[in-house]
Amino acid sequence: MTKQTTLLAADAACPASRSLWQLGWQRLRRDRLGLAALWVVAAFVLLALAGWLGLAGSHWRDEVAKPNTPPALFKHYAPATVELTAADIDAAQQHHTSAADASAATGMSAEDDPLAADMAAAQATAAQSAAASPAVATHADSLVCGSDSRGRDVLQKVIQGTATSLLVGLSGALLAMLIGTLLGALSGYFGRRVDDLLMWFYSVFTSVPDMLLLLAFSAVMSRGIDTVIMVMALTSWTGTYRLMRAEFMKHKGREYVQAADAIGASHRSRMFRHILPNVTHLLLVQFSILTVALIKYEAILSFLGFGVGVTQTSWGAMLAEAPAELLQGYWWQMAAVTLFMSLLVTAFSMLTDSLRDALDPKVK
Amino acid sequence: MFAYILRRLWQMVPTLFGVMLLLFILFHWVGGDPSYILAGKSFSAETLANIRHQLGLDQSLPAQFLIFARQVLTLDFGISWSTQQPVAEILASRIGPSLTLALPMLLVSLLLSVIIAAIVAYVRGSLTDRIVTLICTLAMSVSALVYIIAGQYWLAHKLGWFPILGWSDSLATNLWRYIPLPLLLGLVVSLAPDIRFYRSCFIEEMGHDYVRTARAKGLSERAIMLKHVMRNALIPVVTSLMMSLPYLFLGALLLERFFGIPGMGNEVLNAVDRSDFPVIKAITIYVALATMLFNLLADIVYKLIDPRVQLK
Repeated sequence: MTKQTTLLAADAACPASRSLWQLGWQRLRRDRLGLAALWVVAAFVLLALAGWLGLAGSHWRDEVAKPNTPPALFKHYAPATVELTAADIDAAQQHHTSAADASAATGMSAEDDPLAADMAAAQATAAQSAAASPAVATHADSLVCGSDSRGRDVLQKVIQGTATSLLVGLSGALLAMLIGTLLGALSGYFGRRVDDLLMWFYSVFTSVPDMLLLLAFSAVMSRGIDTVIMVMALTSWTGTYRLMRAEFMKHKGREYVQAADAIGASHRSRMFRHILPNVTHLLLVQFSILTVALIKYEAILSFLGFGVGVTQTSWGAMLAEAPAELLQGYWWQMAAVTLFMSLLVTAFSMLTDSLRDALDPKVK
Repeated sequence: MFAYILRRLWQMVPTLFGVMLLLFILFHWVGGDPSYILAGKSFSAETLANIRHQLGLDQSLPAQFLIFARQVLTLDFGISWSTQQPVAEILASRIGPSLTLALPMLLVSLLLSVIIAAIVAYVRGSLTDRIVTLICTLAMSVSALVYIIAGQYWLAHKLGWFPILGWSDSLATNLWRYIPLPLLLGLVVSLAPDIRFYRSCFIEEMGHDYVRTARAKGLSERAIMLKHVMRNALIPVVTSLMMSLPYLFLGALLLERFFGIPGMGNEVLNAVDRSDFPVIKAITIYVALATMLFNLLADIVYKLIDPRVQLK
C-alpha cells in the first residue's frame, strides 16, 4: 500500500498532525463523564453478547422459584401473601391438570374445533416432558431480583431482555444507517434525477409519523425479532439519509474529490473510498442516537404486543406483565427493567453527547 | 405568497401518490390475502370467492390500485372489517376524544416548558440550571411506559385521587374527571425533552449581539428577555410545535390505550390488533395529509413571524 506508506512518512515528518479519530479519542478520554458512559455501554454490550451466546440469561424460562418471590434485600417491602404451603401447590396442580383437558371446555366437537389437533399434540408433548423430568421439587425461597408470576428468575429474564433489546436496537440502527447512507450518498453525489427520485421516496416516508408506520408494517407482518428489526430499519432510515445527502452534496465539490476525479477514480470509489471516510464520524453519532430511539420504540411495540414473539422476552414484553403484577403489589419486575433500561439509555445519551463534542467540534 | 402555496400544494400530489403506493404494496402484496381473515374459521371455497369479489381481489393489481385511489380521492374507505361500520363514521367519532386530551396537553405543556426553559436559560450555569438539566436527562431515560404504569397505579389505584380509567359523553365530565391524570402523565413524559430543546433555543439567542446592545442602551433585564430574546427564541419553538401537531393525536396513543379513551390512537391499535386494514389505511392517509398540510403551514407561519425568511 503505497498510499499508507506515504501517509506514515508524512506522519513521521510532522508528528503533531493526527487523524480526526485520534484527536476525537483524545478529547473523549479527557471527558470523564463520557468515558464513564462508554464503560457502562460497553458493559451492557458484553452482557448482551453473553446473552446472545447463551452464556447468561439462557435459563430465563425455567421456573426456579416460588411465584412472585420478592427480591432478597427487600423481603419486608413485599406483600405478605406470597407464602404458599405444599398443600396449596398440590391443590393448584390438581386444579391445573383438570383444566388441561381443554377440548371439553370449548363446547365444540373435535371436527369443528380447528385447533383440536394442535391441542392434542401440545398436550401429548406436555405429558411427555412432564414424564421425562420429574416435577422440579426445589423451588427457591429467595432470589436476588425476585421472581415473576410463574416463578421465573427476574434477573435471568432481565439479562435476556437486555440481549433482545440491544440486538434489536443495534442491528435495527445498523440496517437503517446502511439504507440511509447508501441512498443519501447516491442522492447527494449524483443530484438531479436521482436526487429527485430519492427525495420523493424520503418525503413519502416522512409524511407518515414513525409510530404509525411501525404499526402499519407490523399489521401485515408476522411477529418476531427479525420482523421488528426490519420494520424499524425500514421506518427510521430517513434521518441518516438527510444527513448523508447534505454531507455528500457539500463534499462532492471539494478539491480532494476533484483530485480523485483527476487521477481517474470511478464514481463508486469517489463516493465510498474518498468521501465516506470523511463523514463516518457523523455516522457514529447518528448511530448512537438511533440506537437509543429504537430501544425505546422496541419497548413500546413489545408492550403493545406487536414486537418480539411470545417465546422471547424483552424489556417491553416484561413491562407488559407489570400492570397486572403491580395490582397485587409485586413491583420488582418493573423496577428491574426500569433500572436496566434507564441506566443504558442515560449512558448511551451521555456517550452520544460526548461523541459529538469529541468528533464534531464545530457543533456546540 | 399565493403562488408559493399553490406550488407547495401541487408538490403534495406525488407525495400522496407515494404514500398510496406504499400502503398498497403493504396491504395488498406483503399482507397476503385478507379473505382468510374475513372468512373466519368456517370458510368454504364459495365464501372465499365471494369475499374476494366484494373486495375486488379477483381483479388485476392495477385495477385494484385504481379502486384504492378512488377510495382515497373520495375519502371513502368503505366499511370496517371488524365492526362493519363505515370507516368515515368510526374516525369521525374518534377524533373528538383525541383532541379533548391532546389540545389541553399541548397548551399546558407548551406554556410550562417555555416558561421553565426561559428561566433556566436566564440563570444558565447556576445550580438551578444544572439541577433542572440533570433532572431532565434522568427523566428522559425512563421509558414513557413506566411513567404511565406507575402513575396509574399510584395516583389512581393507591391514592384514589383520579379515576383509574373511563370516558363519558359529556365534555365537561371528561375534562374534569377523566382528562387530568392522562394529562399529568403526558406532561411528565413531554416536559423533559421540550425544556432541554427550548433552553438551547433561548441560550443561543442570548449570545447574540443585539442582546448586548439592548443591555448597553439600558433596557431592564425583563424587557430584554420578554421583548427581545423571547420573540426570537420562539421562532424554532413555533416551527417544532407546528411540526408536532399531526403527531399529537398519535403521540397520545399510549395514554389513550391505558386510560380507555376512545380516540384515534386507541383505534389504530385496535385496528392493528384485529387486522382491520381499511381503518389502518384510512388513518394513515389522513395523518399523511395532515402532516403535509401542517408542514406547509409551519413554513408560512415561519415566514409571518420572521420576515427575513425567503420562501422558495
